[in-house]
Amino acid sequence: MTTILDPTDERVPVRRSLAGRRSDLNGVIGLLDITKPRGDVLLDQLDLRLSERFPGITVRRYAKPTFTKPAPEVLRQTIKNEVKAVIEALAD
Amino acid sequence: MSVVLRSFSLSDSQGRKISFPTGNNAVIAFIKEDCPTCDLVVPLLDRLWSVPDIDVLLVGQEAKGNQILIERHQLHTPLLDDTALKVSFIWDIEAVPTLILADAEGYEKKRLIGFVREEWQYLFADLSCSGIDWERLPSLRPACGSKSADPLIADRLRAEAENSPLRARRIEIAPADDEFEFMFDQGFTDGLPVVPPTPERVIRMLEGTRRNPQEIVAVVPPNMAPATVEKVAINAVMAGCKPAYLPVVLAAVEAVCTDAFNAHGVMATTMGASPLLVVNGPIRERIGMNMKLGALGQGNRANASIGRALRLVLRNIGVARPGGTERSTLGNPMKFTMCFAEWEERSNWEPLHVERGFKWNDSVVTAFPATSGPQLIVDQKSRTAQQLAGSMGLVMQGIHHPRIQTMDCVLVVCPEHVDTFAAGSYTKSDLRRCVQEVTKIPQQERVGDKKTGEGIDAQKAAKMSADELALRVPKFLAETMIHIVVAGAEAGKFSGLFHGWVGGEVGSIPVSRKIEEVT
Repeated sequence: MTTILDPTDERVPVRRSLAGRRSDLNGVIGLLDITKPRGDVLLDQLDLRLSERFPGITVRRYAKPTFTKPAPEVLRQTIKNEVKAVIEALAD
Repeated sequence: MSVVLRSFSLSDSQGRKISFPTGNNAVIAFIKEDCPTCDLVVPLLDRLWSVPDIDVLLVGQEAKGNQILIERHQLHTPLLDDTALKVSFIWDIEAVPTLILADAEGYEKKRLIGFVREEWQYLFADLSCSGIDWERLPSLRPACGSKSADPLIADRLRAEAENSPLRARRIEIAPADDEFEFMFDQGFTDGLPVVPPTPERVIRMLEGTRRNPQEIVAVVPPNMAPATVEKVAINAVMAGCKPAYLPVVLAAVEAVCTDAFNAHGVMATTMGASPLLVVNGPIRERIGMNMKLGALGQGNRANASIGRALRLVLRNIGVARPGGTERSTLGNPMKFTMCFAEWEERSNWEPLHVERGFKWNDSVVTAFPATSGPQLIVDQKSRTAQQLAGSMGLVMQGIHHPRIQTMDCVLVVCPEHVDTFAAGSYTKSDLRRCVQEVTKIPQQERVGDKKTGEGIDAQKAAKMSADELALRVPKFLAETMIHIVVAGAEAGKFSGLFHGWVGGEVGSIPVSRKIEEVT
């Protein structure tokens, strides 16, 4: 019998399920730009199309300071408090 | 001052449990069968067994040998089985025979090692044990090494002792399983076999540092998991490190797990970045790092295993795994390992760590985010420093894309090129300045067009003034982002270039950490 020591941090990973998918769109919808090149082009188009197809919604735009780092906590909380759904443009 | 001896309970050959302290004065003797001196003293100890008011405990270090001793000497005295060597270890028995006289409360009164006739004779007289013809015995016989002091066994015993510094979860691999295959199956490896991190190996690895094994070295992205010295040591064993390399690995983990280095982004980026480690200072020589022929390649254990240990820490503790948080489009071989030392003495330039504010005699590791390299810079014809710096600039223009203005890079200047710069009295600053000069192009030439879409967006360019478009800008946002080190063989006019990643506050900033000196 060989005994080895666990090279991991031994924590049980937290399993998070996806947020429920919406069957319709209303209220405030967020568009999050992670600031990768041309992400704004994609979101401009989405903004336009959403406003055309769902005239009742309000689109609110957000952007990460840099695509290289996770979104700051303040930005995550702001989005969570202000919108019913968010669409993120990864642009890769 | 008397020392209180640790209590124990062991079984004799009949399976009877005998405990210490016994409540009487006691003689405890540690022996093993293949020791000639033990063979000499066993009949004497057996004679002591008949003395009233004294308990005699013989402790044998191997069950089979114990049976041979019992039969060979027709022993009356219980011979206790310490095959596990735990009592021998906690009593700090380094040689056999060791005879210890203890009082009823378990305090040590006397300790004899080996056989010195005069000492034994005095002790037996004190204990009122007579009838031994001492003149027929040799005057001196040396002791043999205790099995508990065998380096291989001692490491296991230290790992299993009550005060073991190890706290990591132990995983038992069934005898029918191949431990190497097991570790592949568990996802512990980078795709190559790893050394099984047994408790003995980890104990030996921890001897490479004075730091407490349970000290938190860093919180490792992307899972933000705390890494103790012990956990880093486990991964260093797996990578193939020697204990002497551990301080470099620990410093590298500290450097990479900083907000400035932004390991989360480095691991996650589709660009496929990975930490590149450069080591400076006296530790290079002490642990035998390669900074000369083939320094950026394979064949040197320290170079290879230090970089690999860092990667395994990021994989196993930070859980940066391809397909998970690691999202590299292509990946690159630096994701196995990339670490080398600077040949500081080969040039008259200040070495990297001194440029970065450390003392010459500090040992330092510097981590850079690198997306590709080493890219070869071939220049066998330039005879002046300016020509050579120009060549390097032209090659650097291609980093990531000729139209992209970029940030950090690491330029590894080979010795023959160093000589060309030295002949021209070129400093590192001169080289950087020249690179910036030759890479300058008007912004207009960086605008995406029909030939290639990469570069400044045409829409953005349309809003720029004529002066802005005519402005000649260099390849690097700042001269200081060109990091220069010296390495390589004496022969060959071939330098190397590592391409960086997104630099500065919006990406990664290279980080240096001083390495603990353990001499």
